[in-house]
Amino acid sequence: MPKFEYAPAPESRAIVTIEKSYGLFIDGAFTRPKATFPTVNPADETVLAEVSQAGPKDVDKAVAAARRAYEGVWGRMSGAERGKYLFRIARILQERAREFAVLESLDNGKPIKETRDFDVPTAAAHFFYHAGWADKLEYAGLGAPGDAPARAHGVVAQIVPWNFPLLMLAWKVAPALATGNTVVLKPAETTPLSALLFAEVCQQADLPAGVVNIVTGDGRTGQALVEHPDVDKIAFTGSTEVGKIIARSIAGTAKKATLELGGKAANIIFDDAPIEQAVEGIVGGIFFNQGQVCCAGSRLLVQENIHDQVIAKLKRRLQTLRVGDPLDKNSDLGAINSREQLDRITMLVDAGVAEGAERWSPACTLPTKGFWYPPTLLTGVSQTHRVATEEIFGPVLTVLTFRTPQEAVAKANNSAYGLSAGVWTEKGSRILWMADQLKAGVVWANTFNRFDPSSPFGGYKESGYGREGGRHGLEAYVTTAPSTLTGAAR
Amino acid sequence: MSRLDVRKTYKLYIGGKFPRSESGRSYEVVSASGEFLANAAMGSRKDVRDAVVAARAALPGWSGATAYNRGQVLYRVAEVLEGRRAQFVEEVAASEGLTARAAGAVVDAAIDRVVWYSGWTDKIAQVLGNLNPVAGPFFNVSAPEPTGVVGVLAPQASSLLGLVSVVAPVIASGNTAVVVSSAARPLPAVTFSEVLATSDVPGGVVNIVTAQTAEVATWLAAHRDVNAIDLTGVAGAEGVDWAALEAEAAGNLKRVYRPALADGAPVEPDWNADPGLGRIRAFVETKTVWHPKGL
Repeated sequence: MPKFEYAPAPESRAIVTIEKSYGLFIDGAFTRPKATFPTVNPADETVLAEVSQAGPKDVDKAVAAARRAYEGVWGRMSGAERGKYLFRIARILQERAREFAVLESLDNGKPIKETRDFDVPTAAAHFFYHAGWADKLEYAGLGAPGDAPARAHGVVAQIVPWNFPLLMLAWKVAPALATGNTVVLKPAETTPLSALLFAEVCQQADLPAGVVNIVTGDGRTGQALVEHPDVDKIAFTGSTEVGKIIARSIAGTAKKATLELGGKAANIIFDDAPIEQAVEGIVGGIFFNQGQVCCAGSRLLVQENIHDQVIAKLKRRLQTLRVGDPLDKNSDLGAINSREQLDRITMLVDAGVAEGAERWSPACTLPTKGFWYPPTLLTGVSQTHRVATEEIFGPVLTVLTFRTPQEAVAKANNSAYGLSAGVWTEKGSRILWMADQLKAGVVWANTFNRFDPSSPFGGYKESGYGREGGRHGLEAYVTTAPSTLTGAAR
Repeated sequence: MSRLDVRKTYKLYIGGKFPRSESGRSYEVVSASGEFLANAAMGSRKDVRDAVVAARAALPGWSGATAYNRGQVLYRVAEVLEGRRAQFVEEVAASEGLTARAAGAVVDAAIDRVVWYSGWTDKIAQVLGNLNPVAGPFFNVSAPEPTGVVGVLAPQASSLLGLVSVVAPVIASGNTAVVVSSAARPLPAVTFSEVLATSDVPGGVVNIVTAQTAEVATWLAAHRDVNAIDLTGVAGAEGVDWAALEAEAAGNLKRVYRPALADGAPVEPDWNADPGLGRIRAFVETKTVWHPKGL
C-alpha cells in the first residue's frame, strides 16, 4: 500500500526557551549550575542544555527544604487551600501546553503528536483530578473507623523515568501534594528539561518554597535520595532491577515505597475479534512512544487460525507508519531516547534472531544522526526466547500463537511481570473470564494503552506494588499513624 | 483407678494432610510454667517448601471460589472452633499461662474474629473497589484480587487469637497461606489446623508448619513462589532479623506486611483492638479493567 507523501509540517521550536545550563530547584529557587552534564536531543544528538549532577549534599539540602516546607507550611495548610494550588498548576500547564510539548519532544525524542495530544494534557488532567481530592480525603475510604484520620507521610522522594518525563512527574507530584506531602523529585538523567520547566510553573503558581524540589542527576543522585534518612516515602517508576535494589535498601526501615516497574504485556487476539480494530490496537499497543512504555503490548498472542491474516494486515499497516523528525506533526514514531537504550534494543532483537525468530520491518529511511530503530515484528518466537520474556522497551513486537483460551491465559501469565494485558474478542463473557484470569494490574479489553487520572495503574508480581491514579492511588501517600505535627489542619 | 488418657501427636498441616516433619525432628513444648506439654514436629526448610507447593496448588480453587462460598467456609470454621472451645481454653491457658477464665475470653474473641472476617469476604470488593469515571467512552472498573500465596509468621505470644487474626484476613480475600506457628506456643495452632481440616476449608488453603521461626523464616521470605509475607511473628522471635527478611523478600518483590514497631523494635499488636481493614488491604492487588462503550 503506498504511503501518502506529506510535506514536512514541523512544529516551531521558537515557543520554548532553553537555558544554556540549569542548576537544581531547591527551596523555591534555582541553584547555580555545577558539575554539569549535557542532555541531548536524541533525534539529532545535538546538546540541548547542561544540567547539574546533584550530589549527596545537594540532596540533603533538598530534603531539608522539603522537611521545612512540610512542617512549616504544607502539612498545616487546609486541604482546600492545597487543592487551589494544584488547580493553579493544572491551569498553568494548560496555558503553557505547547511549550511543554515542544520541549518534551526535543528532550525525549517522542513525536509532537503524542506530547501535544497525550503527555501534556494528561499531565494537566492529573493535577486537576488530584486538586479536587485535597479537601475530600476523609471521603476516600482510607483507613477504618476508629483510626486516626489519614495524613501525609511527610517528605516523599520521587524518581521518574525518561519515557514520559512530564506525565510521570504529574502522576507522582499531584497525589503527593494533594495529600499534604512535600516532594523531592529526580527526573531521569536523559530527560530533565520538562521537570525543570515544571519548577517554573511552581514559581508562577506561588507554590510555597520547598514544597516541590527538583534534583537532576544520574543513578547516584537517586541512590542518595532513596537512602536519605529523612525521607518518609519513596515513589519510583523504572526498571524491576532498580526497584528491587530500592526494596532492599529500605528493608527494616520505616520508609514506605511504591514501585511501578517493568512489564511484558500479552495482547491476546481471538479469532472472533474485530480484526481491523485489533490491528490498530496492536499497533498502538506496541509502537506508541516507540514501544518505550512499561505496559506496552509487546507480546502478541494471536489465535493460531488467524495468525497469517493478522500478520498480513499488521505488515500492511506498519508500512504506513511515519518514522522521523519528532517535531513533525506527521510523525508517528520518533527517536529512541538514548544510545544506551538503542543498543539494548539492538542487542535483544539480535538475540531473538539468533534464537530462531524471524525479523521483519517495513521499508523506511531512518535519519542518519540520532538514535533510531524501525518498527519491527518478530515472528516464530517461542515462550523461552529472551525476546518473549525480557522487556525490550522498544518498537519491537514478538508474536506467539495459541489455540484455546486456557492456553492464552497460561502463556500470558507465564511471566515474572504482571503490569498490563490486552484481550480482543467480540464475546462478552469471554472478555470477563479472561479479565478474571489474567494476572495483571490493568486489563484492556478491545482497546489498549488507555490512561486516565481516575483510573488506578500498577502491577502484580515483579511489575511492582502500589497503584497510581484514582482513589486507590491516594493510599500510597497517606498513613493513619499519629501525626508528628502539632496543630496540623486537614 | 483413673483412666490413662490418650495423648495427641502434634503434627504439621500441609495440603490438607497431617504429616510429621520430613526431617524426622521434633521439639519439646512446655507450658508457661515450664511443664512438659508435648513433642511438636520441628518443621524444616523442606516442609516449608512443600507447604508452598500445596498453597500454590490450592490457589486457583480458593481464589476462584465465590466470595459467598468463602464466607460460608469461614463461618463454618467459627462453628467448629466453638464446638472445640473447651479444648482450646485448656491449650491456650497452658501455652500462655492464663487462668481458665482469661483463656476463655481469648478463645471467645478468636471465634468472634473468624465470624467478623467471614462476613467480610463478599464486602471487600465493594468497599475496596469502584467504578472510575474516565474522560472517554469507556467502562472502567477497579476491584481487589488476592495477591496469591502468602507466607505468614504467626505471632509468638498470642497462640490462638493472634493466629486467627493473621490467617483469617489473608484467606478471606482468596489468598492461600503458609503459616509458621509460634515457636514456643505451637499447640493451639495444630489444634486449629484440625478445625480447618473439618470445616470445608480445601486442603492447601492454609498450611501450618510448627518450627523454630529463625530457622525457616528466611526460606519463606526468599521463596520465589511466595507472593507476599506477613512479618508479624518476628516480634519476640529469637534470633530473627526482620530487616534481613524484608531484604530477602525483595528478591521477587513480595508484598511485605511489616511488624508493628515501638521505639524501633518489633512488638506484638494488641489483638483485642478493632482489626480494621489493614490486613485485608495488604494482601490484595487492584485490577482495573477497561472496555470501550459504543453502538
